[in-house]
Amino acid sequence: MMRRTSLIALAAMLSLSAGCAHRRTAAELPPQPPSATETAEGQVQDNGIAPEGVPGSRRDFLQSVPSDRIFFDTDSYSLDAQSRATLDAQAAWLTRNAAVRVTIEGHADERGTREYNLALGDRRANSARDYLQSRGISAARMQTISWGKERPAVDGHDETAWSQNRRAVTVVPE
Amino acid sequence: MRGFEVRHYLIAAAAWALAAGPALAQAQPAPVQAPPSAQGQPQSGDDDQLVVDVTGGRRAALPIAVPYMPTPQPADTAAGNTGALGRQVAEIVAADLRNSELFTPIGPSGLPGVSFPQVTAPDYGAFASTGAQNLVQGFVQANANGSITVGCYVYDVASQAELTRQGYVVQPRDWRRAAHRCADTIFSRLTGEGGYFDTRVVYVSETGPARHRIKRLAIMDYDGANHRFLTNGQWTVLTPRFAPNQQTITFMTYENERPRVMVYELDSGRARPLVPGNYMTFAPRYSPDSRYIIFSMAMNGNTDIYRIPTGGGTPQRLTNSPGIDTGGSYSPDGSRIVFESDRGGTQQIYMMNADGSNQRRISFGGGGYATPVWSPRGDLIAFTKTGGFRIGVMAPDGSGERILTGGGGAEGPSWAPNGRAIMFTRGLSAGQLWYVDVASGATRRVPTPLDGSDPAWSPLRPN
Repeated sequence: MMRRTSLIALAAMLSLSAGCAHRRTAAELPPQPPSATETAEGQVQDNGIAPEGVPGSRRDFLQSVPSDRIFFDTDSYSLDAQSRATLDAQAAWLTRNAAVRVTIEGHADERGTREYNLALGDRRANSARDYLQSRGISAARMQTISWGKERPAVDGHDETAWSQNRRAVTVVPE
Repeated sequence: MRGFEVRHYLIAAAAWALAAGPALAQAQPAPVQAPPSAQGQPQSGDDDQLVVDVTGGRRAALPIAVPYMPTPQPADTAAGNTGALGRQVAEIVAADLRNSELFTPIGPSGLPGVSFPQVTAPDYGAFASTGAQNLVQGFVQANANGSITVGCYVYDVASQAELTRQGYVVQPRDWRRAAHRCADTIFSRLTGEGGYFDTRVVYVSETGPARHRIKRLAIMDYDGANHRFLTNGQWTVLTPRFAPNQQTITFMTYENERPRVMVYELDSGRARPLVPGNYMTFAPRYSPDSRYIIFSMAMNGNTDIYRIPTGGGTPQRLTNSPGIDTGGSYSPDGSRIVFESDRGGTQQIYMMNADGSNQRRISFGGGGYATPVWSPRGDLIAFTKTGGFRIGVMAPDGSGERILTGGGGAEGPSWAPNGRAIMFTRGLSAGQLWYVDVASGATRRVPTPLDGSDPAWSPLRPN
């Protein structure tokens, strides 16, 4: 049972990783770097062939932080310890790369009504932004966008999917 | 309206005394919930001899014969031969009446043929045997100037009396509208309520996988005909709503990844942002006089409801709670606004005056409530019950809550202009448009070429 659960989780994470690459627009699907695969934590593992990401690039960001995203409880926009740790790492990277501006996307799972979820996604994006700001990142470098329930990261109609879709994602430009 | 000319060239016959035999005449039962005001109530005029129990559903469905409509002279038009149009008009009239849940149409197929002279002199005997209590006859005629005339006559079979007659002169391309208007005439004459067949629906057409859903604004007749897209799908669009005057549509778009409310002019196809600035705006809805739009704006994680002139201007803030205030909808007289708020911890329905004063909660049942929409009649508020996604109605004081339909993720009710039916979205990631009859709870799917969500039902179209 344990093994099965982790397999499901892994599958969910893999499809989630696939989602990372093209969340900005459906039309632009940047090719996956052939030498790297993302782990469940969203980190890029270097197989020794690929070069490091260019400093300040999206790839560099994804290689440097535990995850580009944090997750929320149902109908919640508060940050737990893991989320704060993730954002601390993001803040450290943003401090090192002071020219980079980011967009923070807020998302909700499919179980809220459409308009409420737009507002909830806005709350989540602002939670992440406010925390990053409290860690010294200028608000001028961060913009937020709420997608409500319009852009799930994971397909599915169960808690496994929903828990991955209640998220705020820090998006560094390509 | 552009290109659509309708002339009432015949005045309804004053045959009210014979309109309905004693067995058919039923006084209109008192509504379950008294409306808060007379505003928006349909006028029944000086004739109260109604033959349909409007509070019932299928149980009281009235058998009505709708034979094919003849043409005095077969002629080709831009929409086909008048003989074919006469058959198609009858089929649409029968379908409309069936959709209403208040009628059981008989025909058109299988009924005796009607000759042109018989349109005004029915062979009642031929229809009495079908069990029909009423009879609809009509004709389609080509005119010298390229238009067509659709005649529409309603008879009482038992008393052999004409109840009303109407004629519609339309361009051939608008022949379906003439059929819908005929059905509206029948509906109004026999129920005493306004019709809702000559209406349109603007909605979001959906296709593609959930993670990359393509969403396009689309418009169609209420029955799915005359479908066309208004946006190309490059940007996600959400929650369109008709202006009561039907000149504009307001909706939300992610154009240039700046989510905000737009106003779209139906005639020109031009769209412009409703509110300046960078904050996300959403959940727009018009005032009954179309002069204002209320909308929600999210600022730094807090969402409140604002009002702005439809043509643009300075937003006026109506709510200022620290919670999510959204989903505002005006009362038909424009004096009050119903909305949803989670200021008390869960999503609930609140009421306020149109200026934002006197905010108070009206929903107290278990669970959450969202997307309140005030009925055009003023008597009910439709809502989405969260946690299960069901569509329900309650009185404006919060009493009399009644769940109409659920299952499969129902949300986003929109009222028919006569307040008898609601269209809504069913389906979480692959939505479809559905229709529910408020009295009976009977549901049916509204046909769309692709998936669909966020329907908004127009008022009756202007003549």
